[in-house]
Amino acid sequence: MCLAIPARVTTIDEGHMATVDIMGVTRKVSLDLVPEAVIGDYVLVHAGFALQVIEEDVANETLQMLKEIPFFEEEAGLNVLEEA
Amino acid sequence: MDLTGFRDPEIARGLIDAIAATADRIGREVKIMEVCGTHTVAIAKNGLRAVMPENVTLLSGPGCPVCVTANEDIDIAIELARRDDTIVTTFGDMMKVPGSYSSLSREKADGRDVRIVYSPLDALALAEKEPDKQVVFVAVGFETTIPLIAATIHRAQEQGLTNFSVFSAHKTVPLALAALANDPEVQIHAFILPGHVSTIIGSEPYRFIAEEYHIPGVITGFEPVDVLQGIYMLLKQIDEGRAEIEIGYHRGVSATGNPTAWALVEKYFKPVDADWRGIGVIPGTGLGLRPEYDAYNAVVKLPVSPPPPKQIKGCQCGDVLRGVILPYECKLFAKGCTPEHPIGPCMVSSEGSCAAYYRFTDYGKA
Amino acid sequence: MYRPDFDDDALKRLDDAASLEFPAGRVAFSTDTYVVNPIFFPGGDIGRLAVCGTVNDVATSGATPLYLSVGFVLEEGFPIADLRRVLISMKDAAREAGVHIVTGDTKVVEKGHGDGIFINTAGIGSLPDGVDLSGSYCKPGDKVVLSGTLGDHGIAIISTREGLSFETTIETDAAPLNRLIANVLAAAPNTRCFRDPTRGGLASTLNEMATASAVNITVDETAVPVNPQVRGASEMLGYDVFQVANEGKMVAIVPAEQAEAALAAMKASPYGEQAAIIGNVEEGKGKVYVKTSFGATRVMDMLVGEQLPRIC
Repeated sequence: MCLAIPARVTTIDEGHMATVDIMGVTRKVSLDLVPEAVIGDYVLVHAGFALQVIEEDVANETLQMLKEIPFFEEEAGLNVLEEA
Repeated sequence: MDLTGFRDPEIARGLIDAIAATADRIGREVKIMEVCGTHTVAIAKNGLRAVMPENVTLLSGPGCPVCVTANEDIDIAIELARRDDTIVTTFGDMMKVPGSYSSLSREKADGRDVRIVYSPLDALALAEKEPDKQVVFVAVGFETTIPLIAATIHRAQEQGLTNFSVFSAHKTVPLALAALANDPEVQIHAFILPGHVSTIIGSEPYRFIAEEYHIPGVITGFEPVDVLQGIYMLLKQIDEGRAEIEIGYHRGVSATGNPTAWALVEKYFKPVDADWRGIGVIPGTGLGLRPEYDAYNAVVKLPVSPPPPKQIKGCQCGDVLRGVILPYECKLFAKGCTPEHPIGPCMVSSEGSCAAYYRFTDYGKA
Repeated sequence: MYRPDFDDDALKRLDDAASLEFPAGRVAFSTDTYVVNPIFFPGGDIGRLAVCGTVNDVATSGATPLYLSVGFVLEEGFPIADLRRVLISMKDAAREAGVHIVTGDTKVVEKGHGDGIFINTAGIGSLPDGVDLSGSYCKPGDKVVLSGTLGDHGIAIISTREGLSFETTIETDAAPLNRLIANVLAAAPNTRCFRDPTRGGLASTLNEMATASAVNITVDETAVPVNPQVRGASEMLGYDVFQVANEGKMVAIVPAEQAEAALAAMKASPYGEQAAIIGNVEEGKGKVYVKTSFGATRVMDMLVGEQLPRIC
């Protein structure tokens, strides 16, 4: 229900504003909701506001886990067969 | 940030296989509702319905803020635009949505000052630039968007701007899910929970859905792999007989959400009853400005009296929004009702489920 | 003031009508009216648009564009300096395209009855015998060749709009493509048609051709060149890049056996360096599909009305 896209904080400006980079496009966004953001952070941007700092490591961990799911499922499937 | 992994066909295939295996073990029919319109679009755009096992049905829910905005509220926005001293600003999404008699885009064509902004801050900047005009921001949206409006009012207050106000037609999600769970016409076994709403509110506010209604929910991201992951996690819960609220979208959501953002919302807004188009009034699912901020409340400051609202005949948006029917099961879908000549809001909004199905799929078309 | 800027022999004679040398054979004739806000934007202005747009429309028929007419509607008070800037840009674009602006007219309307400046141009070109191109000639097996990146013009314009302000280095792609078309036709003489995906973008153009030829077209999303900034801005605004306007791009439908030759000719032409083969024509009933990077297939829908930035 709400588009929000990752953007990198390139400068922190006056008045809780920051300049962010989205694939080479720059725009000013407000840091009112994420005062903790620092230069270099990725933030989720929605309608001109940063909503949250996002961690690249977390994204990579999720992907790593997802890659392993089919193997777990295979085992679960075998278990079911064995029980049957 | 590189998100290509979340569009990786290899990873997707692994998940699709895992979904098939789990659904097979479950054996019975599973109806999963994607609450959020952005999920509806992601599902339609990526053809995910076609890769679902036969016993898994994806239903679209009420998570398109524009679609659930009541006729009455759009009529008020239109009346505000008709005031000579007023500039109405809003998100592009709202422009074409029909009220009882008109739409903001029709009013603009008729010469009213209606402007599209990307951010509420752009509306604030306009108010600064046009001190002789009243600038009203017509605010629709869920928890994702509401903190932005609160922060904008806060800035207006700090700047001492007296010509900026907000018409709040906001809605909140968790209690609406309870209304769906209580609706005897609606049958849902699991919820794909909205990613960015949860960025703000975290996972806790949904807890009661799992505990009281025993319906599992997974907070899910918006890339195709994210959505498949969410579906897989839900099926796994059902298979294991669990009903919990889990987070799949870890990179964007923490269990506690964004407390700074929600504190701002609570400072300026208080829960009120809200009229959801097609569903009716759900107590406590709206947010109205607190009376101490009347100076920023457009309907208090610039009173308007729209004519009595009129409902749209033959439109089944209400059934679509509750997941009772799929968009292409509506009698008007692709016949009387198309994005070019929309009858109901679900066909107007770009994330309305009817528009998403019409635009990206062949369902229901001759 | 137009004459010194356009500096054309036919115009200099000050007659009511231009009399022109014209090769024997058929004539291609097209007209369009240009309204754009703002009139000056990154990489171009309404003048360049008005010349390139009509040159390209004439050229898509396979004709060599030769002469243009121009009509201005000016709102009272429109700055002379701005008009001069527009005129110079038209002159430059005409010279680049190798066409002559041979007749013109100006009307001034009261303040409030116009929006600064509107420009109409009409163009005629000579159509060689045997050249017969049409969007209704696409056949299953044909390839879709695109001359470069999508969406640059639309994003350049929107980046200047009040209330949406964001910064990019994206410029309009407005350019005359008559030489590119001539080169492709020479290299791939059985080309079925050319279309410039202007308003409504690639999506509208392909849908029109698919309907006219009663075929389906499938585009491979990963093959379509898009400037990363255009992609970034589109994601931010919720735009579908296939629906964003272009003013200097050409789509050619070419039989498979000539597709590589057409591609090479495009790449060797001005404004065609980033050309790519982006899709196939298939049996069908007039639908256009996108094979997404994720491997799924979806419908490529036409733009309805105006593209609006959205948050949902």
